[in-house]
Amino acid sequence: MATITMAKAINSGLRIALERDEKVVLMGEDIGKLGGVFRVTDGLQAQFGDMRVIDPPLAESGIMGTAIGMAMRGWRPVVEIQFDGFVYPAFDQIVSQLAKSHKRSAGATRLPIVVRIPYGGGIGAVEHHSESPEAYFAHTAGLRVMSPANPYDAFVMIQQAIACEDPVIFFEPKRRYWDKADFDDTVDVVADPAGVGSPFKARIAREGTDLTLVAYGPMVRTCLEVAEAAAEEGRSLEVVDLRSISPMDVDTLVASATKTGRMVVVHEASVFCGVGAEIAARVTEKCFWTMQAPVLRVGGMHAPYPPARVEHAFLPDLDRVLEAVDQAMDY
Amino acid sequence: MISAPDDLIQLLTPEGQRVSNADFPLDITDDEIRSLYRDLFLVRRWDNEATALQRQGELALWAQCMGQEAAQIGAGRALAPQDMVFPSYREHGVAWTRGVDPVAILGLFRGTTNGGWDPRKHNFGLYTIVIGNQCLHAVGWAMAGMREGTNDAVLTCFGDGGSNQGDVAEAFSFAGIYNAPVVFLCQNNQYAISEPNTRQMRVPVFHKAKGFGFPGFRVDGNDVLAMLAVTRWALENARAGNGPALIEAFTYRIGAHTTSDDPTRYRDPEEVEYWKARDPLLRVKAYLDSVGTPQSFYDSLDAEAEELAQHIRAGARALVDPQPMDIFDHVYAEPHALVEEERAEMAAYIAQFGDLSARHGHGGH
Repeated sequence: MATITMAKAINSGLRIALERDEKVVLMGEDIGKLGGVFRVTDGLQAQFGDMRVIDPPLAESGIMGTAIGMAMRGWRPVVEIQFDGFVYPAFDQIVSQLAKSHKRSAGATRLPIVVRIPYGGGIGAVEHHSESPEAYFAHTAGLRVMSPANPYDAFVMIQQAIACEDPVIFFEPKRRYWDKADFDDTVDVVADPAGVGSPFKARIAREGTDLTLVAYGPMVRTCLEVAEAAAEEGRSLEVVDLRSISPMDVDTLVASATKTGRMVVVHEASVFCGVGAEIAARVTEKCFWTMQAPVLRVGGMHAPYPPARVEHAFLPDLDRVLEAVDQAMDY
Repeated sequence: MISAPDDLIQLLTPEGQRVSNADFPLDITDDEIRSLYRDLFLVRRWDNEATALQRQGELALWAQCMGQEAAQIGAGRALAPQDMVFPSYREHGVAWTRGVDPVAILGLFRGTTNGGWDPRKHNFGLYTIVIGNQCLHAVGWAMAGMREGTNDAVLTCFGDGGSNQGDVAEAFSFAGIYNAPVVFLCQNNQYAISEPNTRQMRVPVFHKAKGFGFPGFRVDGNDVLAMLAVTRWALENARAGNGPALIEAFTYRIGAHTTSDDPTRYRDPEEVEYWKARDPLLRVKAYLDSVGTPQSFYDSLDAEAEELAQHIRAGARALVDPQPMDIFDHVYAEPHALVEEERAEMAAYIAQFGDLSARHGHGGH
């Protein structure tokens, strides 16, 4: 048992995967000697060499396309995209090739690639370093999309993502990289899956009875803080940590909505055509007669991610989520 | 008017004269040249049959390779069995040399599949329609091979239009840096649909290799012997650990871009006539006639082509339409809740029509 940050948790998960399967390779800009701009791959090139921990040329489509070529030959590349806003040059390869090759080949070509993307805002960064593009990927059949919210899940889910036979877009909440938790970060959860469960199941992060908050990645901690504040006002909020966006654990959402009758979805991404819209539609279809209020959404505006000095107004925070809770409760 | 430059690497003139090239000697018997001619001839027949099938409504579309057969057969015949190919979507001649059934390729153009064959079985990747994507897969494949210590090379095909894509430039960059065993084959057929080279590039394609640190060659793409010799050299050079090479096969798309295209809107008829006179089959036949080839060779080739044409016509019509439930297969390798939910919904939707769905369940033509 040790106190582990999320960045270290992912590092440990990657090390275990590299040790378990010699076909696992890491590819990404500056992931070698530097250990990545967030140091998530710190020490891995020193341990596994530059043939397995690869600093490729600075070209995201090139990294993604060559990763696909390696996977076609039976390798399991784990690609790091340095920042969310840098994934778009690779978007063509991801959508046109990574997502569709298994279908196109009638199952002959498997591409078990993980694309790690540090995402989200709140760190005072320059433009293109704070975006939440998860809906683009969730919209694309053939991809799986997941996002851990805490160090332990990050440790477990990165290992599960690498073991998955499908491509996984793995969104890492960069502002939570330094959150800490106590657990044993040496367990190979693929070899010894006892107690870890499926990465595609949502988690009840906090039980409650009055209203359900749904979040994933960075907003789970925010929602837990909201629930804590609401409890002081005598409201009992349930918090669902979605964990996987595609596939989506609709059953857990429906069970919680059925119990509480109210739901607010929170994400950093703009709400229009976002993951929250899908959740609202699905929950409404299944729980129309039991809901006490429409599913509400709190997220970014339909505007480009703003300069850092005003990002606090763009990002959902305690007050904006509590405001939505009030609206839902007053319905 | 686009004509052939006079600095192309050539081993067989348009008149059918063999010429030597000190850098690319080719030791080849007349029987082997007959065998190359057989490939050229049969692929030409396949191409024409497919065009006819499109005109009859049996195919939604066909991308002709007419005029480019020498570039494709020459390169394809240079491959060793263990070499991998990452094609674009017009590489019927290369596919032929890899033993892919022409009917499998027609499935893509009839609309029964988006793939059609197992890439590993033929060491021939699926046709890639987004321009240039495949060049990066080729480099990745080679990078994996370098890690496995295999002794093989990779051939990837793109066109003059594709040479502008970022993916192609990135593939050059990665291959150069990693000294990857990749041979880049650009079939410069002069037109990216309607846009001529003058709207596509400031320098000839083969010059681009220099900027990425590996050799580039401009070959007479209508000369099957030159294509064979240069591609063979490049593949051997790659397998020997000397890194990538770029081959620009200077050729001409005698046909349309696809059956949906109308090249009379953008091409000079005189230009087309010039290139028809440089047809890649004509010069090989002229050579074979000059060294004495019995009529029985051509007669038996005609018979073989007729048999192939029948196989293609019957095979195309016999391709089985996919069914609505097939939409859900292979979207993922592992079960995915949403796909399973939609699969069940579709099954229930179809089932409610009972016998009707058996008779009318899939779209007619």
